[in-house]
Amino acid sequence: MLPLLGLLIRAPWSDLWPQLTEPQVGQALRLSLVSATLATLVSLVLGVPIAWVLARSTIPGRSVLRALVTVPLVLPPVVGGVALFLVLGRQGIIGRVLHEQFDVTIPFTTTAVVIAETFVAMPFLVISVEGALRAADARFEDAAATLGADRWTTFRRVTLPLVAPGVAAGAVLCWARALGEFGATITFAGNFPGTTQTMPLAVYLALQSNPEGAIVLSLVLLFVSLATLLLLRDRWLGRSGSPVT
Amino acid sequence: MSLHAHVVVRRGVLLVDVDLAVADGEVLAVLGPNGAGKSTVLRVLAGLLPPDGGRVTVGADVWDDDTHHLPAHERPLGMVFQDHLLFPHLSVRDNVAFGLRTRGVRRAPARATAEGWLGRVGLAGFGDRRPTQLSGGQAQRAALARALVGEPRLLLLDEPLSALDARTRLTVRAELRRHLADFAGCTVLVSHDPVDAMALADRVVVVEDGVVVQEGTPVEVARRPRTDYVARLVGLSLLPGTASGTTVALDGGGEVAVAEPAQGPVLVAVRPETVSLYLSRPDGSPRNVWPATLAGATPHGSTVRCDLAGAVPLTADVTATAFAEMGLVPGAQVWASVKASEVAVYPR
Amino acid sequence: MRLRVPLALAAAGLLTLTACGSDEPTEAAAAGTSADGGGLTGTLTVFAAASLTDVFTDLGDQLMADNPDLTVTFNFAGSSALATQITQGAPADVFASANQTQMTVVTDAGLNSDEPTVFTENVLEIAVPADNPGDVTGLADFADADLTLAICAPDVPCGAAAEQVFEAAGITAQPDTLEEDVRAALTKVELGEVDAALVYASDVQSAGSGVQGIEFPEAEDAVNEYPITTLTAATNPDAAQAFLDLVESDAGQQALTDAGFRSPSS
Repeated sequence: MLPLLGLLIRAPWSDLWPQLTEPQVGQALRLSLVSATLATLVSLVLGVPIAWVLARSTIPGRSVLRALVTVPLVLPPVVGGVALFLVLGRQGIIGRVLHEQFDVTIPFTTTAVVIAETFVAMPFLVISVEGALRAADARFEDAAATLGADRWTTFRRVTLPLVAPGVAAGAVLCWARALGEFGATITFAGNFPGTTQTMPLAVYLALQSNPEGAIVLSLVLLFVSLATLLLLRDRWLGRSGSPVT
Repeated sequence: MSLHAHVVVRRGVLLVDVDLAVADGEVLAVLGPNGAGKSTVLRVLAGLLPPDGGRVTVGADVWDDDTHHLPAHERPLGMVFQDHLLFPHLSVRDNVAFGLRTRGVRRAPARATAEGWLGRVGLAGFGDRRPTQLSGGQAQRAALARALVGEPRLLLLDEPLSALDARTRLTVRAELRRHLADFAGCTVLVSHDPVDAMALADRVVVVEDGVVVQEGTPVEVARRPRTDYVARLVGLSLLPGTASGTTVALDGGGEVAVAEPAQGPVLVAVRPETVSLYLSRPDGSPRNVWPATLAGATPHGSTVRCDLAGAVPLTADVTATAFAEMGLVPGAQVWASVKASEVAVYPR
Repeated sequence: MRLRVPLALAAAGLLTLTACGSDEPTEAAAAGTSADGGGLTGTLTVFAAASLTDVFTDLGDQLMADNPDLTVTFNFAGSSALATQITQGAPADVFASANQTQMTVVTDAGLNSDEPTVFTENVLEIAVPADNPGDVTGLADFADADLTLAICAPDVPCGAAAEQVFEAAGITAQPDTLEEDVRAALTKVELGEVDAALVYASDVQSAGSGVQGIEFPEAEDAVNEYPITTLTAATNPDAAQAFLDLVESDAGQQALTDAGFRSPSS
């Protein structure tokens, strides 16, 4: 809490407005929100099935899969960015094919921002959803099966609603982590205003030349994320104890 | 006979190997202690657990054999679980309609049918509620409606009453009995409570350690238990021995006189309420009089259940008044007597 | 390839070519008031710009070899971070900055015990992957939108220098990314993910065989001067002066040149 207080105290309140209205700020903020949201969506699409496999299936190599999925948590994000280069860069394993066969290059694009953020943030979602799945009573799935529901129907109509609070919590964590992502993004996606410069990158660079501006940018990021999280909490998490209508 | 099941499952050290047959409209109770394998059998019948061997057929359809396993969701069955397992995120009505929706019925007709079933189980007007807003008995009724709504060929009941309190249990049991009487398919009920089994089932199968130890009508099982477990459940003292005419030499020593002549290895069953206790040897020299030590006494309504130790270990029910008048305390020396005509004897 | 000054040779150079011009090789004038060569003791703390890491580490080893009782410790970081630390009271004997701006921060605070002197210079070079996939030949190629190009963000010194040269050359650069520091830009060249990056000559020198450097004349418009000074907070002023002298000696200058820097033009 104290570092946040420090930001508030040191903020240059008098010339806050001119700093805020600089076009680069709005650009970076918009890119941050859009890319973090896209990364969260991608994480949901990929992460929830992975979490289900980790929690429910008995396939061999499950613990290896879990280790692989959680590696980005311990990997320094910059290393993660380099790893992404090695796979998706234009010299990378897959990236080379994309570049040479389809003339598609991923680095230094907004797509790269989303990929980097997904890479770093998805483990938060997977772990959270896997926990919720493990805590959920698997016998509900048995009950659904005896009522004629195949695996997919059961997953969609029973399992997913049961773990919805866990999925929501995981998505929020994932979004927050994606919003603050710096290392993998600046490495893999680079830093260019409007395309790949997200708020954390803008903050970091502002810190080099204009510390007050950096504080302003940090405050913007802080307030926007706090507001979003509070809003979501009211909508999803705050009601997890009572039935969802 | 519509359901034929030979279920073989290995669960750790326990090998479950059980044969069951249930006719259309018949209710079969599988009775047994915890860990005997009865729930395993039920899960195999439901298709939730592929068996390690055996064969399950319903009518002409093979559900399980060596080469074929029909998954649960393709079996026309309904199942009621111990703690109802109504989906907490769906309304009661949508819970009941669930089995219809998965089988392709459109939302509106499915809901209408569900509403009808809610009426039949006495829950008209509860359709909009959440399962958490129902009492235990109401939830179990809704669960029954959910299982029956698809008109299954096989109904599986897994300890359907054991999560209910005693009063609710009584009413739900009576209702369940009524619905089972109306149900045209086969019903398999798993329970460890003899009262549920006796009250609901046409036939009882007793499973212990993975195998069937006794099979028969509820009355047969209650009168002539074959194992200590069943005898204890139905409140009988069970004494193994060897009969020679109207005298049975017990394996544990002592003799019991019986009314019906028998020969060879037999079981002798004595109901606690037919046993009388005396402080001194009773007059008139009835044939079944044994000295015994009062090992323990537990109040049981207006009677006191007395466990007797001696050559003939019995349980006796005496009135609380008599118990007090005789000044009985554990360790007291008493005489126990029972009429030969009250003693059941049957081959082992 | 990375070139290191052979220590023994440089050490001999130090003892024979001291800045004070003493005739006696055994008199270590570099030790300032200390009468005897190898007589420096205690701990010397040097705050130096990150780009000096390799050269200064070698020079520090050399000084310790000559003065067995002396321990030299370094704090290598970005110049602005170092300047901040010094003004916040960090205990340093010597400050070597990668630019005049951050040195000014320290001198404005009155924390320098001597007038700062420029001891070396660094100029921009174009770094390309060894096989030069974009066929980059000069600064004009940075206007080619089809190439994947990295320059430093204008907020950091190498980016400010890049802006100067582009302006002087009248080129509108079309970068794909504005890197947060020279190292990050260089990494992308090493990985072959960009066709070219604008970095310092010393960085190209340190990068190894995977990176090729291309000099260009416009670089003279943004020469980066490295000033060095001793500090008022110095607890070991003798050793601090000895280190400064070593850096400015021929051997020190040679070591810097080998690392891609060049001697001050003025």
